[in-house]
Order: sequence, then C-alpha cells, then structure tokens
Amino acid sequence: MDMTERKRKERQLIATTVLALVIFAAGLLFLPILTEKILLGAVLVLIAGALFFTNNTGRYVCKRILLAFLTIFIIAAITFFTMNAIPGGPFSKEKAPSAAVQAVLEERFHLNEPVGKQFLLYLEGLMQGNFGISTKTGREISTTIFDSFSISAKLGGMAALLAIVLGVLLGSIAALNRAKAADRVIIFFTTLFVAVPSFIMATLLLLVFCLQLNWFPIFSTENQSYVLPVIALMLSPMSYITRLTKTSMLDVLGQDYIRTARAKGVKQWLVIFKHALRNALIPVITYVGPMTAYILTGSMVVESVFTTGGLGTKFVQGITNRDYPMIMGTTIFLAMLMVTATLLSDLVYKLVDPRIDFD
Amino acid sequence: MSEMPLLQVKNLHTSFFTDAGEVKAVNGISYNLDAGKVLGIVGESGSGKSVSAYSVLRILTDTGRVKEGEVLFKGENILKYSEQQMQKFRGSRISIIFQDPMTCLNPTFSIGSQLREAIRIHTDRNKEEIQARALEMLQLVGVNEPEKRLKQYPHELSGGMRQRVMIAMALACEPDILIADEPTTALDVTIQAQILELMQDLQRKLGMAIIMITHDLGVIADMCDEIIVMYGGKVCERGTADEIFYNPRHEYTKGLIRSIPRISEKHEKLIPISGSPVDLLNLPKGCAFAARCDHAMKICLEQPPEEVRVNDFHIAACWNNVKQMMDEAKDGEET
Repeated sequence: MDMTERKRKERQLIATTVLALVIFAAGLLFLPILTEKILLGAVLVLIAGALFFTNNTGRYVCKRILLAFLTIFIIAAITFFTMNAIPGGPFSKEKAPSAAVQAVLEERFHLNEPVGKQFLLYLEGLMQGNFGISTKTGREISTTIFDSFSISAKLGGMAALLAIVLGVLLGSIAALNRAKAADRVIIFFTTLFVAVPSFIMATLLLLVFCLQLNWFPIFSTENQSYVLPVIALMLSPMSYITRLTKTSMLDVLGQDYIRTARAKGVKQWLVIFKHALRNALIPVITYVGPMTAYILTGSMVVESVFTTGGLGTKFVQGITNRDYPMIMGTTIFLAMLMVTATLLSDLVYKLVDPRIDFD
Repeated sequence: MSEMPLLQVKNLHTSFFTDAGEVKAVNGISYNLDAGKVLGIVGESGSGKSVSAYSVLRILTDTGRVKEGEVLFKGENILKYSEQQMQKFRGSRISIIFQDPMTCLNPTFSIGSQLREAIRIHTDRNKEEIQARALEMLQLVGVNEPEKRLKQYPHELSGGMRQRVMIAMALACEPDILIADEPTTALDVTIQAQILELMQDLQRKLGMAIIMITHDLGVIADMCDEIIVMYGGKVCERGTADEIFYNPRHEYTKGLIRSIPRISEKHEKLIPISGSPVDLLNLPKGCAFAARCDHAMKICLEQPPEEVRVNDFHIAACWNNVKQMMDEAKDGEET
C-alpha cells in the first residue's frame, strides 16, 4: 500500500471513529440501560474497525466478532423455538400444582405470552446481561453457570492442557521412532482410546480404580478428586492429537527445509522442536481450538458419571427439568465459548504460519 | 610430496536400504578438490551426484548409509566424526545450497531469523554483530532492500531472491567449500544466469572452493576447473573442462554433449540419449551404461571398465578407450 492510500484510510478511520462516538453518545442519552449502551457502542466501534482498520488482522478480528454476535443470536433463536416446540413445559408434571399456582408461575416466567413475544422478552433481558432465573430452583442462572463452570473449567483446563502437551509429545516420539517399538505401542493405545467412547472409559475407570482398587472415593461433592475425571476427559482428545501430530510431523520431517536446517549445523533436537514442530503444529491447532472449548464446557457424559456438578451436569439437568432459562443460559454460554475458541485458534494459526493473510 | 588436497573422497559407497531392497546410489567414487577450485559433477537424475554430496555432509535420509570409503577434509576422515562434531562442521567448513529454493527455506521463520541462526550456530558474536553480519551477507549476494528482507518471510520473496538468501546463509560463516546441488535447475533461465554469475563473483571475492552439481553440462562449462561425469553411481570420466568438452572419451559424455542445444545457423536436431537410467536396485555386472551405449562390446556387459589415463588431465572409464589403445599399439607394431 502506498502512502496516499494509507493516509486516505487513516482519515477515514478518524472520521468513522468520531461518528461512532457521536452515535454512542446519543445512545447514552436515549437508551435507558447501561449494558445496552455498552453493547451498542461496542458494535459501532467493531463496524468501524471492520470497515476501516488499515491492519488486515485488525479488520478480520472486528468482522469475526460481529459475526459472533450473529452466530449467537441464531443459536439462541433455534434453541428457543425448538425448546418451545416440544410438548409440555417447566410446570407440566404428573403432580401438577393447582391451576391458580400454575397461572402465577406462568405469569412470572412470561409463559402465558406467545412464543415470539417470549423470545423478544428473553433477548431484552439478555441485552441487559440478565440470563433470568431457574424455573426449578429459583436461583439466578448466571450464578449457577458461574459456579458450575468454575468446576468444569478446572477439570477441563487440566484435561485440555494434558491432552495437548502429552499428545504433541507422544506424536513427536512416534514420528521420530517410526515403525519401531515405541511408535507401535503409542499408535496401538491411541487407536484404542480414540475408538472407546468416553462414557465407557469413565465407567471402566470408576470400576477399576474406585471399586476394585479403592484408590479414589466413588462419590464426593466435597474433597473432589480430579484425577479420574481428568483422565477420562483427556484420553480421547490426547490420542487424536497424538495421531495428528505424528502424521504431520512425518510429513514435515521429509521437507527440504529440514535438510537445510541440518546442513546449517543446527543441533538435532533443535531441528525437531524448532524447525519441524512449528510447521507440524499447524494442522493440530485447527483441532485444538474447538476441542478445548468442548472439554472446558464439560463433556456432559463424563461429568454425569463422576457427578462433578460441572456445567455439563447442569445442562443435562436443565433439559430433564424443562428448565427453559437454564437450557438457554447454558447453550448461549457454550456457544460463546465455542465462538471465542475458534476465533482464538484462527489467530494462533496466523501467529504460527506467516503465510496466512486474513484479507 | 605435493600439497594435500582440501577434500579427498576415496572409494565412497552409499546405499539406501528400502523395503524393495538395497538401492546402490553411489558405487565407489573418488575425487580430490583443491582449495579455491571449482569442481563440476555432472550426470542425469539418479546418477548419484547429489547423494555423493549429501554423504560428504552426512545429511542423508534415515534409510541412507555410507557403506564404505573415506572423506578426508584437510587430511581428517570426517566420516569418523561424532554427530556433535559433524554439527559444528556443517555450515562452517562445508556448506551446501539446494535445488529448489521454494521449499528449502522454513516457511514459518523470517529470512532474518534463519540467516541469524546460521551465523549464531558457528560464532560467539553478540546480537548486534550477528544482525550486522546478516545484513552484510544479504548485501553481498545482491538482495535489494536488505533491511526489509530480513523481516520478510520466504513466501514473500521470489525464487531467485530465495536462492540468494540460501547462498547468503551458506556463506555466512565463510566455509572452505560450498556444495551447490543443482542451484539453478528450479529457476527461470534469466535468473539462472544471474545466480551463476553471482556464484562465480563470490568465488573470486571469498576464494572458497565450489562443488557444482548439475545435470546440465552447458551450465558449468566456463566455470569449472575440473569436471566429473557420473553414471550409475560411478565416475565415467574426469578431466579439465576443455578435455571433457573437446575430447570426450566416454560414450555417455559424448551423448551428453550431443544433447546440449546450440544456437547455430543451420537447424540441427538434438540427439537424445535413448533408453532409461540404470536400475540401481539391480546394477549390471559390467559397465552401467552398456545397455544404452551404441558402441557396447561384449566385454562391456561382463566386466566393469577400468579407469584409463587419457593424458595428464583426463581419466576415462570406458572399454572403448582400452580397445582403441590396443588397436593403436597393434598398428604401431605393424608399422
């Protein structure tokens, strides 16, 4: 880009920022609620950024975040309407309360309104940062999500970290010892772990280590032992990463630039862990982003087997209880995590592979 | 005793052990290289020219192994070096540049990072000195806007530029020998000429010896002091450039020369060498070229040809020479 072009873009940028600030100020005056003002301001700034940032990456990030809003809106709509399309509701049970009580409850949760109106009301609450309250427990959904997510995040964080570190390490070892004993053992077990579903793995772990060996307590809401759930969560993604890393490492080790590095006199371990691994990780990163989000939000089945009380458990409970606000809250939260994780992995991609241009 | 050559390769054998069997890529080649000289190694694909160079630096792939022979650098057998010693040796004493500059630079590191690494490995200069040296090298190989190039990544440079960067990287630690493995094959013709000119120019300035590997005799005609012609992992003919060009004594060399396109008044047809390269999995017991040779005799199929001294500057391994010499001797007796 030449200088005049750049100057023109900069002038445009300043102009839009001023315009955005003016609209934002107007919003401050006319919109009644603070969170809505902030949201509006953010969207305006993002639009300005997406249009006029001189930096490709900056423009790309703005566009992606704007798209993320849209994605989450669509997910919210689909969930809301399918949820409502299923017969029955939060208060239709065998032992139903009296008609009067039910009417009061329905009034409180706007269930007497048409579905479209309900959705608009829900969105309005959401814009104010309000996820509503649970129809089952009466607690704030946001508190429940926050509490249960802190458990899931701890479990999932450890599992994701272990899966990535061990997966990359084992994959590299397998690639470097191709067709030797180490490679065969690693590939045998990783194939096994990829094939066995996580709930069977979780149950097996429980049977062996809790019932037979008595190493860990079976149920424990206090004095949580994270060991088994973390293992059950991480085995399958770790195995997948191992296999991905091995394949891509083998491909990279045959490349000409690896020969160049050796010919320069680079030490063997540096050739592998600097020159080869950086290139070998490119396909792995694509998988790691969504995987991390998936593990972080808690694999529902594994959490149920170990009764960890994490987000996954709450999600499943929400569905069985027809707890509409809980289902919406957890879904939207998961969607946000997933969108953030994919965006982050795309950005890491750019960091590792300079050939990627976001324009 | 005359002065010891800088590099002596003696009876080098290299094979690749694959699932299909042993691929005998290099079968007993020997040559000497004096300091500051340019040696050309010519041959078609699969003649073992590149593998012989990789064997010297020991950068063969996993399946490749040097089975026999010696590589003496200043009298020391570097095939006996440990891997650590070898790491210090590569890039500092002998450097190499490769055929395809598009794939030989690591796509995920900047030009500067790769160039600085080459310097850092073999010197104890500090950061500023390394940066200055990297810049100096890029200027030396004629890269325009060197400051900007250091920050760029390989994909942002053209093929010719990348080959210049490869040369800068190879020469950064002032090696005694530069091996150039088909350095111009993957480049446009105009760029080829530029790169060859650059190499000649650098050779005059820095005085290193060069081993120039190519399949194109024409490319190296006026740059080599000595030329080795290889076929089937063996040396067919060796001599000064003039001897090889104007007095070729091996049928394969003659075929190579006939297949160089010339610009002349009349339209001459190019004469290709018919047949396909020799199968390295099953080398014939006689001369490797015999199956494609127009002048093959019975003995060519049965016994590998001996090296015959044509004159002080020229050795050829072809039975036809022996026959010719015997005929001449017979004629001499008769007259």
